[in-house]
Amino acid sequence: MIKSRRDIIPYLFLIVPVIIYIVWVIGPMFYTFYLSLTDWDGLTTPNYIGIKNYVKLFDDRVFYISMTNNLKWLLAFITIPVVFGLGLAMVLNVAIPGEKFFKMSFYMPMVLAMVVSGLIWGWMFHPSGGLINNFLTWTGLVEKGPGWLSDRDLVLWSIIGVAIWRQIGYVMVLYLAGLKSVNPQLLEAAHVDGANNWHTFWRILLPLLTPVTVIVLVISVIDSLRAFDLVSVMTRGGPAHASSVLANFMYIEAFNNYKMGYGASIAVMLFFLSLVFIFVYLRRVMQDEMEY
Amino acid sequence: METAKTYFNSPWRVLIYLVLVIATFLWLVPMLTGLVTSIRTFDDILYNGFISWPKEVTLENFRTAWERGGLSHYLPNSFIITLPSLGLTLFLSSLAAYSLARFKFKGNHLIFFTFVGGMLLPFQVLMLPVFRLTDWMGLYDTYWGLIFFHTAFQLGFCTFMLRNYMRTVPGEILEAARIDGCGEVRIWWQIMLPLTLPAIAAIATLEFTWIFNDYLWAIVLLRSDKLKPITAGLATLQGQYVTEWPVIVAGALIGTLPTLLVFLFLQRYFIEGLTLGSTK
Repeated sequence: MIKSRRDIIPYLFLIVPVIIYIVWVIGPMFYTFYLSLTDWDGLTTPNYIGIKNYVKLFDDRVFYISMTNNLKWLLAFITIPVVFGLGLAMVLNVAIPGEKFFKMSFYMPMVLAMVVSGLIWGWMFHPSGGLINNFLTWTGLVEKGPGWLSDRDLVLWSIIGVAIWRQIGYVMVLYLAGLKSVNPQLLEAAHVDGANNWHTFWRILLPLLTPVTVIVLVISVIDSLRAFDLVSVMTRGGPAHASSVLANFMYIEAFNNYKMGYGASIAVMLFFLSLVFIFVYLRRVMQDEMEY
Repeated sequence: METAKTYFNSPWRVLIYLVLVIATFLWLVPMLTGLVTSIRTFDDILYNGFISWPKEVTLENFRTAWERGGLSHYLPNSFIITLPSLGLTLFLSSLAAYSLARFKFKGNHLIFFTFVGGMLLPFQVLMLPVFRLTDWMGLYDTYWGLIFFHTAFQLGFCTFMLRNYMRTVPGEILEAARIDGCGEVRIWWQIMLPLTLPAIAAIATLEFTWIFNDYLWAIVLLRSDKLKPITAGLATLQGQYVTEWPVIVAGALIGTLPTLLVFLFLQRYFIEGLTLGSTK
């Protein structure tokens, strides 16, 4: 209850940011649900058409391809960068000659725009002029390198490879920060008690790093669902939708085919896919609050 | 601090170090490839193969990308969009963060968690409504449409980080100021903000990179070529010079220069920003 002038002070500080956030973020989130029930084409007024978009969506082959690709991306993201990022963090956590240079090299991809990474890698993947195939033929192992971005079975993994190249540095940063907060005496004690490195890692270090791992996993999942730039720049989802992901599929339906209502229904599916992980993250933040 | 001598006292460590050196080299290969490509002619690369000594070294690709490719106006656009967004979002989030960190009131947690939850939303969920909203406000295809969205969306992350940081400031300092009759706005501006500067620097570095590198919102909220930031401009360049890879790659290198410089000079802040939220 507002009793005095003092009580309204916190609200005065909040009013502008909160209104802006509601207008541009929270409101739009709900409005997407409404749009997904309309036949909006981006120009005329949206008409309510019930669940027609969803009926169509569940019958759309490209939707299933995109969703499967997102899941492959997600699985790759929660395994490969986590293992290698943690490994690198363990190696670089001790003072080691050239440490700064090593760290910087792994951070670097994070700083580049995805568009830039996509273009440079797109060139490296070039079937005849690109570095990778030139290297393969130069070693004499193969006569002609594969079409990294034109082969249907390869294309998605080529793009995921680029995303992983970028993600490993990020995961490494988070684990390095986590390792800094681990009390070295705990590890000392384990060694004194006769535990070997292997045991110390699995039984003591990894459990201590669980909070970091939760954050890493949530961020990896969210990032894999957000995947758009690389696909858009490198292949636009082709060939024959082989590298399509939901974000890209949605963009094309909405802005190239002017089926915005339909696009909204794809966005709603993405929302539900990410919802669980948003809650995991919020729960983690809430636990921190309780400790205060 | 271990010296090199003591570090290499086991064969395992030598092996790990070797693997590390190779991995680091592989990590840098794309950038090196980009550099090498950008100073060669496409004919030379195709004719002699990529792995060959350059016939001639040229800066022509950079000039083509900059002048005919339009990077000379895409790059300034990126700054015109990024800097106001960055300033606005830091200003507004520091207001919200101060309130959420330092006052007990109804709805504090609800508002806080709304900011945190919103920052994790997939962009696609907001894309079409924000497109419609921007159009309705008459801001479609203007810098401001994009600036407002970036400002609003980044409020989530910035408020979250700043609020957590502001909680660590000792309460006695603020109480002392209050007893001296200092108003809340002055406390926020003259006491809280200076104390929060390390966090603001870290967040600003990170946010600069994020907003500068945005591609999706630029293509959703802008149409005119003359307003496009560098990311969207590079995509256009790719369409224009489909097969002229050295020009495209030269453009990509120009486009990444600002964020790369920010990173090289403010690396410490960049890394701090990334880890602010993950550990306490």
